[in-house]
Amino acid sequence: MKPPLLIKKGAEASLYFAEWHGRKVVMKRRLPKNYRPSMLDEQIRTYRTNHEPQLMHEAKKAGVPTPTIFLVEMGDATIIMGFIEGKQVKKLLGEVSKSERERLCVEIGELVGRLHGYGIVHGDLTTSNMILGVDGKIFFVDFGLGEKTKELEARGVDLQLMKRALKSTHFLFAEECFDAVISGYAKVLGVITAKSVSDKIREIERRGRYVAERRRES
Amino acid sequence: MKRKNACESYSLGIESTADDFGVGISTFDGEILANIISVYMPEQGGIHPREAARHHAEAANKVFEEAFLKSGIKPQNLSFIAFSQGPGLGPCLRTGATVARALASYLDVPLVGVNHCIAHIEIGKLKTGARDPVTLYVSGGNTIVSAFDSGRYRVFGETLDIALGNCLDVFAREAGLRQKVGMPFGAVVEKLATKGDKLIPLPYTVKGMDTSFSGLLTAAANLLKKGEHKVADLCYSLQETAFSMVTEVTERALAHTEKKEVLLTGGVAANERLQSMIRAVAEEHDAEFCVVPSEFAVDNGAMIAWTGVLAHTYGVVTPIEKSFVKLRWRLEEVEVPWVT
Repeated sequence: MKPPLLIKKGAEASLYFAEWHGRKVVMKRRLPKNYRPSMLDEQIRTYRTNHEPQLMHEAKKAGVPTPTIFLVEMGDATIIMGFIEGKQVKKLLGEVSKSERERLCVEIGELVGRLHGYGIVHGDLTTSNMILGVDGKIFFVDFGLGEKTKELEARGVDLQLMKRALKSTHFLFAEECFDAVISGYAKVLGVITAKSVSDKIREIERRGRYVAERRRES
Repeated sequence: MKRKNACESYSLGIESTADDFGVGISTFDGEILANIISVYMPEQGGIHPREAARHHAEAANKVFEEAFLKSGIKPQNLSFIAFSQGPGLGPCLRTGATVARALASYLDVPLVGVNHCIAHIEIGKLKTGARDPVTLYVSGGNTIVSAFDSGRYRVFGETLDIALGNCLDVFAREAGLRQKVGMPFGAVVEKLATKGDKLIPLPYTVKGMDTSFSGLLTAAANLLKKGEHKVADLCYSLQETAFSMVTEVTERALAHTEKKEVLLTGGVAANERLQSMIRAVAEEHDAEFCVVPSEFAVDNGAMIAWTGVLAHTYGVVTPIEKSFVKLRWRLEEVEVPWVT
């Protein structure tokens, strides 16, 4: 076995590329964070390491491609999962044509719709957590902040976060992308549910600090 | 940015977004000649906007006098007047804006409206030498993780409800702690927290790069009422939990943007425990850790004066008829041509 190769030092975990029993795998290791008290640190790492593979498995049942989980090692907070050959949607969105971008975003919306319909919120729907595989399927990764819930509030927060992520990373076409996401979402969950989630998103935004729409009232 | 006779150009900045009334004077080179602050401190409860505004109106004269005295600058030497145009509390902002307008028309110099949040970032950059940092801006009114991209400071994460500083302040009041000039609630909690060592489980809420503190505050306040824990332990647990949350999102932004500096700014930046946490993640990502000096961490006029210089150099002026205050002026709405 070749030594693991660090692909990405993320904020809460380090991702290594490795070969494991003849397969290409990603090892996701949540290293201890010395900045926080060890009790809190262990609690957070254990919870997320335990929780993430379960949600990834559930997501598959919902019809959302996720990497296959091979092994979960609670001791050192490590998950071994299949390596997805492909490209991060974050890098892709700026490179492709407008119509292709729209197609991708509609598909992402459909996938989010399937997740929500199945009672899962992802918790960190940024384009860096989506990979377009060589087989043309979009994979969702990083379910560490996910939750099993069907609450409208949680769904709204999930998508509002995505909207904000699009704005900060893909500000040139954030709006068209998000509109496409919502249309894909509506395809799966129906126009009525999509509308109520959209309304929720607006409500959440208005709750935020210094919101433009609230200005007239002040 | 530099002018030919730079040392002969001065900017005056007025800050009045919340409980502080501040006047700062800066040269066009970023030398801060004066930074005078008067703090409104209510006998009980939080900031009453109207009472704070009254304080600002009453304190203004003395603060200006001191600023001119300290700097040795005469009003006639000023090139323009910068003021905090938002975001903040209406009555407080209006008081500062009124003073700014009066002074600008009297001296017949331009007015420059400055975004308060951007001023916190810019003074941090000026004082620490940071060039292109991921900024964690934490205060009584704001909790924002921001970084520059394509012409603006973008918001990567922020609080979904109350600000971190507000959470600490309200808890301190609930616990019956007292603040005084030079020892605000945040510092009181920090000092008490050093005497605590038992970590009491409290809600830890991170959603992507956003945080939420209202549930944390409620849980801590409820435990306080039960009286089963030492206040020091609760202060310790509240700080550890809340700071871990903002540190986690800062680290996320750092990993996401792959920038090489982290800047800690705003009133809560004065907290040494928070500093040590942010320093730790900066080091882990080979980024330089920068923290604004405490006299520039709190709301102050110097940061307004300096940000005014940056904006004015790029032709930003605010005509009096457009100088109305903007209570909910988000930082990503502002173009920052001076940053490249």
